[in-house]
Amino acid sequence: MRYLPHSEADRQAMLAAIGVGSIDDLFADIPRDLRVHGLDLPKAAGELSVERTLGRLSAQNVAASFVPFFVGAGAYKHHVPATVDHLIQRSEFLTSYTPYQPEITQGTLQYLFEFQTQVAHLTGMEVANASMYDGSTATVEAVLMAHRITKRSKAVLSGGLHPQYRAVVESLSPMAGDTVDALPADPTGTEDILAAIDAETSCVVVQSPSVYGHLIDLAPIAAKAHEVGALLVAVFTEAVSLGLVEPPGAQGADIVVGEGQSIGNALSFGGPYVGLFATRQKFVRQMPGRLCGETVDAEGRRGFVLTLSTREQHIRRDKATSNICTNSGLCALAFTIHMTLLGETGLARLARINHANAVKLAESLSALPGVSLLNDSFFNEFTIRLPGDAAAIVESLAAKGVLGGVPVSRLEPGRGELADLLIVASTEVNTDEDRAAFVAALAEVLA
Amino acid sequence: MSMNSQGRPTVAATAATSAIPDTFTGNRALQIEEALLFEVGRHDITGVDLDEPSHFTPRLGKLARKLPIDLPGLSEPETMRHYVRLSQKNYAIDSGLYPLGSCTMKHNPRLNEKVARLPGIGDVHPLQPLSTVKGAVELMAELGRWLIEMTGMKAVALSPKAGAHGELCGMMAIKAAIAAKGETRNIVLVPESAHGTNPATAALIGFKVVTVPARADGTVDPEAVKALLSPDVAAIMLTNPNTCGLFERDVVEIAAAIHAAGAYFYCDGANFNAIVGKAKVGELGVDAMHINLHKTFSTPHGGGGPGAGPVVLSERLAAFAPLPFVRMEASGPVLVESEEALLPGETPFGRMTAFHGQMGMFVRALSYMLSHGSDGLQQASEDAVLNANYVRAGLRDLMSQPSGDRTCMHEVLFDDTFLEGTGVTTLDFAKAMIDEGYHPMTMYFPLVVHGAMLIEPTESESKASLDLFIATLRDLVMKAKAGDLERFQQAPRFAPRRRLDETRAARAPKLKWEKPEPWVEAAAAE
Repeated sequence: MRYLPHSEADRQAMLAAIGVGSIDDLFADIPRDLRVHGLDLPKAAGELSVERTLGRLSAQNVAASFVPFFVGAGAYKHHVPATVDHLIQRSEFLTSYTPYQPEITQGTLQYLFEFQTQVAHLTGMEVANASMYDGSTATVEAVLMAHRITKRSKAVLSGGLHPQYRAVVESLSPMAGDTVDALPADPTGTEDILAAIDAETSCVVVQSPSVYGHLIDLAPIAAKAHEVGALLVAVFTEAVSLGLVEPPGAQGADIVVGEGQSIGNALSFGGPYVGLFATRQKFVRQMPGRLCGETVDAEGRRGFVLTLSTREQHIRRDKATSNICTNSGLCALAFTIHMTLLGETGLARLARINHANAVKLAESLSALPGVSLLNDSFFNEFTIRLPGDAAAIVESLAAKGVLGGVPVSRLEPGRGELADLLIVASTEVNTDEDRAAFVAALAEVLA
Repeated sequence: MSMNSQGRPTVAATAATSAIPDTFTGNRALQIEEALLFEVGRHDITGVDLDEPSHFTPRLGKLARKLPIDLPGLSEPETMRHYVRLSQKNYAIDSGLYPLGSCTMKHNPRLNEKVARLPGIGDVHPLQPLSTVKGAVELMAELGRWLIEMTGMKAVALSPKAGAHGELCGMMAIKAAIAAKGETRNIVLVPESAHGTNPATAALIGFKVVTVPARADGTVDPEAVKALLSPDVAAIMLTNPNTCGLFERDVVEIAAAIHAAGAYFYCDGANFNAIVGKAKVGELGVDAMHINLHKTFSTPHGGGGPGAGPVVLSERLAAFAPLPFVRMEASGPVLVESEEALLPGETPFGRMTAFHGQMGMFVRALSYMLSHGSDGLQQASEDAVLNANYVRAGLRDLMSQPSGDRTCMHEVLFDDTFLEGTGVTTLDFAKAMIDEGYHPMTMYFPLVVHGAMLIEPTESESKASLDLFIATLRDLVMKAKAGDLERFQQAPRFAPRRRLDETRAARAPKLKWEKPEPWVEAAAAE
């Protein structure tokens, strides 16, 4: 077997050195009646066979690069430069362990330090961690952190928060002792969240751009929250928006969480992604997840180490700030390499292209009879109302070779009044031909 | 020197001055002193060619960005050089053995990278119409089938994003199952040898953690468990094989006692690599077990992540598996994402994450499983256990095992008794291994053993590789006993950095680059 280096002669020599007659002797602690004799699974397969099996499964799926593609709602199709995927496959990045022995992992530690700096600058916050699993788990960790800081247990969730993010918060927070006040879905971007904030609120969680694409003015929400001693947790799912939209840190956010997938990382059917987490310096000891810090070595040279580990599970055990033992290392590396290649000049230009494409598409789509745009403001994603069931229309579009967005009913299935709404994303990968194909196909389907 | 109760030094040592003359650059041949991105990047440079869009009317309301982004860029060649140079400072499995107990640092097959990048797997969106991703859902179903067959369990929750996330999933399912019976149970039993994520997870969802003392050999005594059982106990969290590398031989009796008390058995699957194809946890009475795909199933560690921690579930817990899950219907596998799509008997406790889970790790793990097959999986476990015992046999006369020399499973545990009187600590010993070209073993874990050294070679190591590793450790032990203190206390001497001051890092945390003050820059320029 190609991954197992021993010959039978090796195994026999090793058994002899150990002083046992057979490999079974080394499994003697497993009670006899519990020993397994074979698994009901296929036998070993060579590379060619495995490639064929998985290739056949892959071939059944429609890949984003090959069709006009407008699907977003929390994960976005962007172009990732070839350099990024090449570098993350270098042995010393791909197959390296967590940097607990810093003398031989300065490569990992330095890129984490750079990543933390980039995330802090992008979000306008004072400090960021070395990444979380994804945006949704980062959001619930922010709610738990707000509870620790304010000593209050009521989290208020905006109706513009991604419904699956809301579901993650509603699943874990109550088990951790919180109550969750989730406002109704807000497709028009007109909810009155200020009215829901009171002296019992630990945090108010607002997504901007919202899942429906609206850009939310966070400053008044931050002001009201601070008035009552609560925290503003600002969420984003499209990191590229920070190239063109005022960041949450400049609007008074206390904790900023988001999904970094848009930068450097493939769609990959939902994972692995990379959660971004940033906060104020004064809250740093309440932050979950890994942190990389600067120090010096015994010869006085600058170096980097994982730090403030006393917050973490391996030290504090049942008193830890969270149970997290991993960051999203390689995905954070992909993010930081892509961000380095872009720089602020490239990121701002990329964001302008995304926004320009969305503006063009919104204008063309809303010109179709029966189609109306719900958004006054948006970045690269908006919501349109269709003259019919959006999910059925999306299936018809798919049959015509266009992947035209996410029907709101996919995220809020029980809500009949939302069934005619479609969330449409438009990034730099969309060409004039793509937009024309979408508009033509939708016109045909609606006719 | 001050030490904590596990024998770990709490104050950093300082090095004697290096005898190697400095170079002009500070570089040492292939080892380059690479500056920070923020020191070499420029704000007006970008390594990506993008065309400025033609004029359009923005729709940003009043929220156009005013705060400067303040991020430098690099051209493509500079980017390549920056990261290649950083990579050259890292140890990796591709370069050498990692004897890290509990981490299962096995070879990461490159076929896995190739298949993860197939367009129909890497380039599909979780929310595109399910009719356009049937192969992706089928892949998830197939992975689930392999995990269930290997463990003898009834159902699987695929969505947890890491091992600790899987622990959380399993414990949330247990909490939901208890609530569904109308009961309240507040206590979770955790052995003192457990990994820190176990008590952290239980405490996170409101349980009180009660520690189960271990026997002298680290295993759990069923009588100790029974003494702690009450109607207030929700679950026990056991690792099997345990964190000392031993199979919990009384696991069936412990499981029976737990179930008789109306509680649940959570199994930490970190050490699954020892028993794949040799024992089925479902037959041991386990109710939930997370599987670390980045350990047992070879998905790459990536410098700290991403991982994946699917959880296999017993009959008692299957109904509570979180959304989304795959349901096998006559027409094929169906992805169930919402409460509206549930059938009677399906009562998920909620959702662990947005979207469907770590598909990138699913495909890599399935590629590993298909490659090994039932025969290869069993052989891999046997070789893992063989390799750990071979290391034990090569070191047993020189290094001390906490409960004497006995057969271990996939990892062998030593304590620091053999270093007594030498002035060399476990930490020093580990740092000296770095100079010899090895990543250190797991140190100071499990906490129940003083100065613990936990060594897990995995099945990926050849006999020649193990022979050299054993010989190296033997030499180090003899040097320690012969009083060669400098070799240990000054180590590492040859790594890109000497020992780093972790106390300083924590006392005055510097967590991002800060632009130096102008007078500092001016002074540096003089």
